[in-house]
Amino acid sequence: MALKLDSKIPAGELAQKWSNHKAAIKVVSPANKRKLDIIIVGTGLGGASAAASLGELGYNVKVFCIQDSPRRAHSIAAQGGINAAKNYQNDNDSVYRLFYDTIKGGDYRAREANVYRLAEVSNLIIDQCVAQGVPFAREYGGLLANRSFGGAQVSRTFYARGQTGQQLLLGAYAALNKEIAAGSVKSYPRHEMLDIVIEDGEAKGIIARNLVTGEIERHGAHAVVIATGGYGNVFFLSTNAMGSNGSAAFQCYRKGAGFANPCFTQIHPTCIPIHGTQQSKLTLMSESLRNDGRIWVPKKMEDVQAIRSGAKKPSDIAEEDRDYYLERRYPAFGNLVPRDVASRAAKERCDAGYGVNETGLAVFLDFKTAIERLGKDIIKQRYGNLFDMYEEITDVSPYEEPMQIFPAVHYTMGGIWVDYNLMTTIPGLYAIGEANFSDHGANRLGASALMQGLADGYFVLPYTIGDYLSAKIQAPKVDTTTAAFDEAEKAVKERIEKLMSINGKQSVDDIHKRLGNIMWDNVGMARTKESLEKAISEIQALRKEFWQDVKVVGTADSFNVELEKALRVADFLELGELMARDALNREESCGGHFRSEHQTEEGEALRHDEEFAYASVWEYKGMDEAPELTKEPLEYEFTHRAQRNYKN
Amino acid sequence: MNCFLVKSSLGRKLVMAVSGCFLVLFLLFHMAMNLAALFSAEAYNKICEFLGANWYALVGTVVLAGGVVVHFAYALLLTWQNRKARGNVRYAVTVKEEGVDWASKNMLVIGFIVLCGLALHLVHFWSEMQLVEIMGGHENSLGLAPTNGAALIAFTFSKWYNALVYIVWLAAIWFHLTHGVWSMFQTAGWANDKWYPRLKCLSNLVSTLICGGFALVVVFFFLKENGWLCCACC
Amino acid sequence: MKFTLKIWRQKDAKSKGAFQTYQVDNISPDTSFLEMLDILNNDLVHKGEEPVAFDHDCREGICGMCSLHINGRAHGPGKAATTCQIYMRKFKDGETIVIEPWRSAAFPVIKDLVVNRGAYDEILQAGGFVSVRTNSVPDANAIPIAKADADESMDAAACIGCGACAATCKNGSAMLFVAARVSSLAKLPQGRVEGARRAKAMVAKMDELGFGNCTNTGACQAECPKAVSIAHIARLNREFLAAKLED
Repeated sequence: MALKLDSKIPAGELAQKWSNHKAAIKVVSPANKRKLDIIIVGTGLGGASAAASLGELGYNVKVFCIQDSPRRAHSIAAQGGINAAKNYQNDNDSVYRLFYDTIKGGDYRAREANVYRLAEVSNLIIDQCVAQGVPFAREYGGLLANRSFGGAQVSRTFYARGQTGQQLLLGAYAALNKEIAAGSVKSYPRHEMLDIVIEDGEAKGIIARNLVTGEIERHGAHAVVIATGGYGNVFFLSTNAMGSNGSAAFQCYRKGAGFANPCFTQIHPTCIPIHGTQQSKLTLMSESLRNDGRIWVPKKMEDVQAIRSGAKKPSDIAEEDRDYYLERRYPAFGNLVPRDVASRAAKERCDAGYGVNETGLAVFLDFKTAIERLGKDIIKQRYGNLFDMYEEITDVSPYEEPMQIFPAVHYTMGGIWVDYNLMTTIPGLYAIGEANFSDHGANRLGASALMQGLADGYFVLPYTIGDYLSAKIQAPKVDTTTAAFDEAEKAVKERIEKLMSINGKQSVDDIHKRLGNIMWDNVGMARTKESLEKAISEIQALRKEFWQDVKVVGTADSFNVELEKALRVADFLELGELMARDALNREESCGGHFRSEHQTEEGEALRHDEEFAYASVWEYKGMDEAPELTKEPLEYEFTHRAQRNYKN
Repeated sequence: MNCFLVKSSLGRKLVMAVSGCFLVLFLLFHMAMNLAALFSAEAYNKICEFLGANWYALVGTVVLAGGVVVHFAYALLLTWQNRKARGNVRYAVTVKEEGVDWASKNMLVIGFIVLCGLALHLVHFWSEMQLVEIMGGHENSLGLAPTNGAALIAFTFSKWYNALVYIVWLAAIWFHLTHGVWSMFQTAGWANDKWYPRLKCLSNLVSTLICGGFALVVVFFFLKENGWLCCACC
Repeated sequence: MKFTLKIWRQKDAKSKGAFQTYQVDNISPDTSFLEMLDILNNDLVHKGEEPVAFDHDCREGICGMCSLHINGRAHGPGKAATTCQIYMRKFKDGETIVIEPWRSAAFPVIKDLVVNRGAYDEILQAGGFVSVRTNSVPDANAIPIAKADADESMDAAACIGCGACAATCKNGSAMLFVAARVSSLAKLPQGRVEGARRAKAMVAKMDELGFGNCTNTGACQAECPKAVSIAHIARLNREFLAAKLED
């Protein structure tokens, strides 16, 4: 049975849709809110802001995170900034322009209505954060400062040094703390959701594991919100935190929620290159660096050789012998093209043999011109902490020599399918932030992830969830002793027992690394039919191996990191295959999804709108069964779909 | 009010700062008074007379003793609480952090040395002077008038061991003050990044002034009484 | 490179712990400290032994999850760096490295090198927020804030809540952590409104949770991975005393 997809996009003019919708949906009275329970899984920007706002409204909220404190969620690592259409710089920005840039940046694979709403509430987010005491950067006049990010020709990015995500999360976390103190929210740190409980077709709660004691707990609620971020760690090496995982989202998918556009993965162009096989994690260098940094490789092959052998330093290469390839190819946007374009251009140069380190997988990000133009002090002021971090890791000072960078997995645009209300295909189950698929299409613009997380949590979900809960005001507290809870708990325990009992020869990390290699080589920056088919069969084989040969030491009823990792990798092994299947199905190139068979003569992504202007929504059919595809057509009523152009 | 000075960690710290400040001021006064002995035994004895068993001097003594007791009692209380806060298992390896003064981490130990010195000092001087007067006596164990402080100083510091002990004691006070003085500004909230270098400089100045002044008297009388001071100097 | 590791192992909160010695070999100087522990752990798993539990997450020095007292120093030998930002080139080949968990009564050990820092959350819940409702706020540019104030607020807000301050303080005091939050909000007009209430509530909670008394040694600032200054402690003192004098 195919999924029934009703996106619930309100009728009317684009700019009126959200207002009309808010006016039309039902609300819950304060007295009734007190009777309703909501579970929120994840405490990043989406989860924390939603929990705080819903608690404030009067709902009883339970919030879960796997870390030791809600403040550790990986939103905290976002460096560059958050977009909003304030037009404080007087550069002719507007809600429409932010909407248009986002739609175009996403290569026309996002819903118009959702993106417009995102742009519309973006301004409220900045107001909210300032009121919470987020110390955004300011100008001498005391007003807010902005900078530019990729894919935009205006300066609309608000920032707090290189720690914008941290400051926004601390704001949301503070709001959450306020509600915890008030008693409306209860926090469960070091708890991991291991299953979603569905009863009568509706989400009724979760099964969670207390990561300290190993105890399996049941938690019931009238609605469940998934805010657990993306699944970039399928690739083993990514800029995601070590604990970031796709398991909560995957449980929803396994229990029947549609999973949309899993193949849309963002490869971030400016990460520190891989140094060897002992690495566990890649480090991102903020996109804001592209405001002043220029990306280049040598024009001459002999210079490339000389740099690799150490005979020449990058700073020895004369200006005329440098190929500033982004400025060359995309004069209008230059170094500030969107991430997918910048990453692919780096790959193109490296594939052509111009990579500048021993592995041939690096390009330069150079601040020479900027330092000459602005002076070292200003550059230090703007990027000092990032430069220090780079030097700590690589032992090279970016003030003296250019940084070496290379693309790395960073963000997943795909995620759980949601309607305009952010509800999944399972009634009562919501997904917000990176965990859902809704707003970024095939490529996310820089500084838009923070915007989406907070938009969903502060300004969308608190309204839309009321529409569903208004029908539950008569419902009693969810009974967690029912058969549905029994079954879910039993399944979780069996899964854990199975993992503990295999006692094979390979560690979880061994297998995760192999999965990562399969994914990066075949489902990475460029994909082909052959590579994807190869990936599918290799992942299937690896998954079989995992379930026969993995070794999980320790016990299930104690603090056991290996078991946590095993449960997550087990899901990655299915999610990886789903990503490959989706990529195989999408026979076009768009945004972060680049099928080598489908490119323009200049090597740009070539979309096929007539066939693929849809979101692919997958339905789980079993671990070794092919999932079923349902298409949500993406109608473009208000914008004209065009080949993306960042040249002029 | 009373309550937070006992119950709150910041209140307790304030008590340390205020009592410490009071003791620093007393030391400054005491040091200035001692310097008089360098120039004129008569002048010094006049001051001793003034600070004999008069009601205001007695009140002053009681307040001063109170200051010492409060400062020390709070130090014990804070240290006990701090040890408890540190937990039962200690680090196997510790280092001195960069930029952290040795004195700042050893205030109680230094303070204890200061206290021992104080006890000795009371035996040497207070018990031979004000106490004698309080008891109604007119002559101390050395057969001197209790107001003849100058002779008492000369006698005490003529002994090399006394001079040595006093110098050690003063060194301990110096260390204690180098941390204590700027620290009381910090505790009262009167400090910031711009003022730290100035406050630390002030700390060093005040400690050196106090301890140097006292030491001068000790050394002077030690040399003088042993006849090692040439006449041109005196 | 080759290292001898002396690592604190403790089964759970109730058990008694002890040091155990391990050898790691073939470590590249470009390997991060935590990657070195990953390698050790992978070896242990292959041997069927339980890997060393340690907290970590973002590995970019911002989430505040990683801890570790390495060779006597919180977050190891780096300057203004977290443990995850330490690279093995900072150590000598063949060196013995002693790794301990945070030691503070308020941070009980959960397992091996993992401690419970929930006390920091509790302190922030006591008042580390601005009481504004979602959507009930003025325009972001309605109140100008001097750049210097915003910058100073940001200096304090850089705190990542890792616990190094209390862990390194010989008094087990959490003052730098509490001060960072109080001071960051005190420098902004939005935070000033409930400044007095916040300072009192957070200090009271800090005391209640058993953290020690600050004696201004400055060790916290020396070991803080974000170099938060004790000037913020001075501001907390000022805020608190002013609030108390008004009572």
